[in-house]
Amino acid sequence: MKALIPLIPFLPLLGFVLNGLFGRRMSKAAVAAIGCGALLGSLLLSAACFNQVAATGPMHTVAYNFLTVDSLRIDFSFLVDQLSVWMMLIVTGVGFLIHVYSIGYMHGDEGFWKFFAYLNLFIFSMLLLVMGDNLVMLFFGWEGVGLCSYLLIGFWYANKDFSKAARKAFIMNRIGDLGLLLGIFLVFKTFGSLTYSEIFARIDSVQPAPEILTAICLLLFVGAIGKSAQIPLYTWLPDAMAGPTPVSALIHAATMVTAGIYLVARCHPLYSLSPDALQIVAFTGLATSIFAVLIGLRQNDIKKVLAYSTVSQLGLMFVALGMGAYATAMFHVTTHAFFKALLFLGAGSVIHALGGEQDIRQMGGLRKALPVTFWVFLIGAFAISGFPLMAGFFSKDEIFANTYAAGGRWWWGLAGLGGLLTAIYMCRLLFVTFFGTFRGTEEQKHHLHESPAVMTLPLIVLAVLSALGGFLNTPHFLHLGTPQWMAHFLEPVLRNTNLRHGGAPHHLAESTEWTLMAFTTSLALLVIAAAYWVYAVRRSVPLADAAQVRLTRLLANKFYVDELYDLLFVKPLEKLSQILFYFADTWAIDGLVNGVGRGVEAVGARFRKLQNGNIEYYLLAMVAGAVLLFLTLHL
Amino acid sequence: MLEVVKNIPIDYYVYLSSLLFCIGVFGVLIRRNAIVVLMCVELMLNAVNLLLAAFSTYLSDAQGQILVFFIMVVAAAEAAVGLGILVMIFRNTKTTDIYSLDNLKF
Amino acid sequence: MSLSLAVFLILGLASVIFSLLMVFTKNPVHSVIFLILTFFSIAGQYVLLNAQFLAVVHIIVYAGAIMVLFLFVLMLLNLNSAAEPKQSARWKLGAAIAAGMLLVTLVGALKGGIQIAVPENTNPQVGLAQNLGRVLFTDFVVPFEIAGILFLAAMVGAVLLAKRDVKL
Repeated sequence: MKALIPLIPFLPLLGFVLNGLFGRRMSKAAVAAIGCGALLGSLLLSAACFNQVAATGPMHTVAYNFLTVDSLRIDFSFLVDQLSVWMMLIVTGVGFLIHVYSIGYMHGDEGFWKFFAYLNLFIFSMLLLVMGDNLVMLFFGWEGVGLCSYLLIGFWYANKDFSKAARKAFIMNRIGDLGLLLGIFLVFKTFGSLTYSEIFARIDSVQPAPEILTAICLLLFVGAIGKSAQIPLYTWLPDAMAGPTPVSALIHAATMVTAGIYLVARCHPLYSLSPDALQIVAFTGLATSIFAVLIGLRQNDIKKVLAYSTVSQLGLMFVALGMGAYATAMFHVTTHAFFKALLFLGAGSVIHALGGEQDIRQMGGLRKALPVTFWVFLIGAFAISGFPLMAGFFSKDEIFANTYAAGGRWWWGLAGLGGLLTAIYMCRLLFVTFFGTFRGTEEQKHHLHESPAVMTLPLIVLAVLSALGGFLNTPHFLHLGTPQWMAHFLEPVLRNTNLRHGGAPHHLAESTEWTLMAFTTSLALLVIAAAYWVYAVRRSVPLADAAQVRLTRLLANKFYVDELYDLLFVKPLEKLSQILFYFADTWAIDGLVNGVGRGVEAVGARFRKLQNGNIEYYLLAMVAGAVLLFLTLHL
Repeated sequence: MLEVVKNIPIDYYVYLSSLLFCIGVFGVLIRRNAIVVLMCVELMLNAVNLLLAAFSTYLSDAQGQILVFFIMVVAAAEAAVGLGILVMIFRNTKTTDIYSLDNLKF
Repeated sequence: MSLSLAVFLILGLASVIFSLLMVFTKNPVHSVIFLILTFFSIAGQYVLLNAQFLAVVHIIVYAGAIMVLFLFVLMLLNLNSAAEPKQSARWKLGAAIAAGMLLVTLVGALKGGIQIAVPENTNPQVGLAQNLGRVLFTDFVVPFEIAGILFLAAMVGAVLLAKRDVKL
C-alpha cells in the first residue's frame, strides 16, 4: 500500500500531461475517459489508504529527496494520516463526481480537453497540498491550486471581465501567499525544520516565545485568509464565479477554499499554544460570516449567492477553528463540500437548461421542467439551512454548541445569526428559482430541458451525501448511529480543545445541548416556512437593481467593498505608479541610461580624433610608447 | 681568436645597429611615400641582421646567422606582398602617399 | 688603432651616412640607390665578421632582388621627386625628437649591459657555407621548410594582388 501512495497524486498529473499534450487531437470520449479514469484511480487508492489508516494508523513515504541544504532537508514525501486521508477522500470523491458532471456540462465547449487537463492538474496540486508531510510540499500544492484556479476562472479568457476576475483572484491570493511564505520562513527560523512532525515535536524543546508563536500563527493565517476568502481578502471569490460552474463547485466551494481550514487544522498544535491567534481567527471568521451573509441576502445572480454563502460558511469554519473545535471544523468542511458542490452543480444544471442565464429574476417555476435538479437543489438548500437530520444540521449545530461552550453567549448568538440568515437567502434562492411562474423569454422557455444523466447522476449521489452526511458525526445526546464517529477517527491527529477549560474538550450538559439545538432548529424551520410564504406562495420577486433603496442598495452593492478597495489601494497605486513613471522612470532612470549613452558618445566624439587613420601618427605613438617602456625598465 | 673579436668591443656593433635602427624609424616617421617607408623598414631589419651576425661571430655560434637567413626570407616575402599591395593601391588612388590611406578612422 | 677597427669605423660611418641620405633624399629612385649602398657597407661588415657566405647572400638577396623589385615598382608607377608628397616641418621635428629619444633610450639601456662570454677557441669556420648548410639542414630543417611555404604563400599573394581583375 505504501508504495502506491505516490500514485494518488501522480495519476491526475498523468491525466493532465496526456490531456494537455494530446487532448487536442483526441476524441472527447477519450479525454473524458482519461480525466475521469485518473481520478477514479486516485479515489480507489485513497479509499484503500483510508482502510489502511483506520486499521493500522498513519503511513509515511518518501518519494525522493527534493533538496538538502545544511540542516534543512526537504523531501518530496507524503504523510497519510487520519486528517490527510480524510481530505484526500473529499478531494478525490467530490472531484470525481464533478469530473463526471463536467462531461455533460462542457460537452459543447471547444476547450473540452483543456478543461479536463486543468481539472486534473488542480486535483494533483490539491492532493500535494493535503498529502505533503512538510510545509514546502503544502506550499507547492498551495501555489498549484492557485494557478489552476486562475486558469479555470479565466477559462473563457476571450471575455475581458472573466480574465480580469482571474487576475483579481490571482493577485488577492498572492497577498495571502506572501503571509504564508513569511510564516513558513519564521517556522523554519524558530524550529529549524519544515516537517510537521518535527515542528510539533520540537515545540517543547524549543520553547518559543508566545509572541513568536502568535506571529507564526497569524502569518500562516494570512495565507489561509487569502485562500479561504475571509475578510479582507474575500472579494476574489464572488468574482471567481466567472469560471465554468463545475469549477466553482470543485475549486471555489468544495476543495480549494478549504485549504485554509486544512492549514490551520494541520498546524493546530501551534495555534493551541496561542490563544491570541485563535481569538483573531475566530473573530475574522465571525465577521466574514455575517458580512458575507448580509451581502448574500440581496444578490440576484444564482452563482453569486452561492459564492457569498461559501464565504460565510468558510467564516463559520474559522469560528470553529478559533474556538479550538478543530474536528468540528473538519466535519463542516466535509458536509459543506457535499452540499455546496451539490448546490453549485444544481445551479449549473439550471444555467445549462436556461442557456447561460444566471439571474434568478429571469427564472421561476423551474420545478416542473427540471424535476431532478429541483429535488437535489431542495436537498442542498435544506442541508445548508440546517433542516433537521440533514448534513448541515449536524455540522452547524456542532459548531454552535462548541461556540457556546468556548466563546459564550455572544459568540454563539452572532454565529447563530449568520446561520439563520443563510437559511433565509438559501430558501429565497430555492423558491424564487423553482416556484412561481417562469419569467424568462419565450425562447428560453421553449428550450427548457432536464440535464442528461451524466449530469444528474453525480447530483443524485451528492444529494444522498448531503442528506445523510451528517450521520458521520452525530452528537452524543441524540444516540443516533455511532456518535462522534468522525471525531473518533480524527482523534489521533486532531481533537477539539477548549482553551478556556484547560484544553479539555467541551462538555455541555445534555439539557443545554438540547435547548441550543431546539432553538436554532426551530428558528431555521421558521425561516424556511417564512421564505416559502413570501417567495413561493405570494410569489414576490426580488427588486430590480434600480429600485433598491438605502440598506438594500448597500447590500446589493456588496457594501461597496470593491469600490472601497479600488479607492484605497488600486487608485493610489495607479497614481503612485504614474508619479513613479514620470519621475523615477522617465526622468531618473531614462535620464541616467540616456545620459550614460550621451556621455560615452560625447567622450568618443573627442577621443575618436586620436584614430585619424594616419599610420605615421600611430607609429609615432608606438615609438613614444617604446621609449616609455625602456625608460620604466631601465631607470 | 679572431682579429675582429679581439679589437672591436661588441658594444660598438650594438651602438651601430641601434643607430641604423633609429634612422630607419626616423625615415618611417618622416616619409610619406609608402615605398620609401617600406625601404626604411628594410633598413631596420638590416640593423637587426647586423647585430645578429655580430653576436654569431663573437659567440662562434652559427644559429645567429641562420636566423639572419630567416629574417631575409621574411623581408623578401614582405617586400613582395607589400609592393603588390602598393601597386594595387596606386591603381585605385593614383598615389602612394600614405596620408591618402586614412579611411580607417573615426 | 688596429686595422679591423679602422675598417669597422669606415664601414659604419658609410652605412650611417648612406642611410641618412636615403631618408632625406626627395627622389625615391635616389633613395633606392642610397639604400643599396647602405646594404653594401653592411655586407662589408659581414665580411669583417668572418661571415662571408652571409655577405654574399645579403648582396644577392637585398641588392640583387629586393631593391631591384623596389626600383622596378618605382619605375612602373613612374614616381619621381615631383610627385613626392611634402611632410610638414613640425612633423619632421617631432619625428626627429621621437627617433632621437629612442636612440638615446636604446643606447642608454644597452650601454655597458652586454656581458658575453667570448669562447677562447673561436671557430673561424662558422660563417662558411659548409657549416651553415649543415646547421640549416639538420637543426633548422623544419623552419627551413616553413620558410619555403611562406615564400610560396607570398608569391601567390603577390601575383594575386598585382593582377588586374582576378576572377576567383
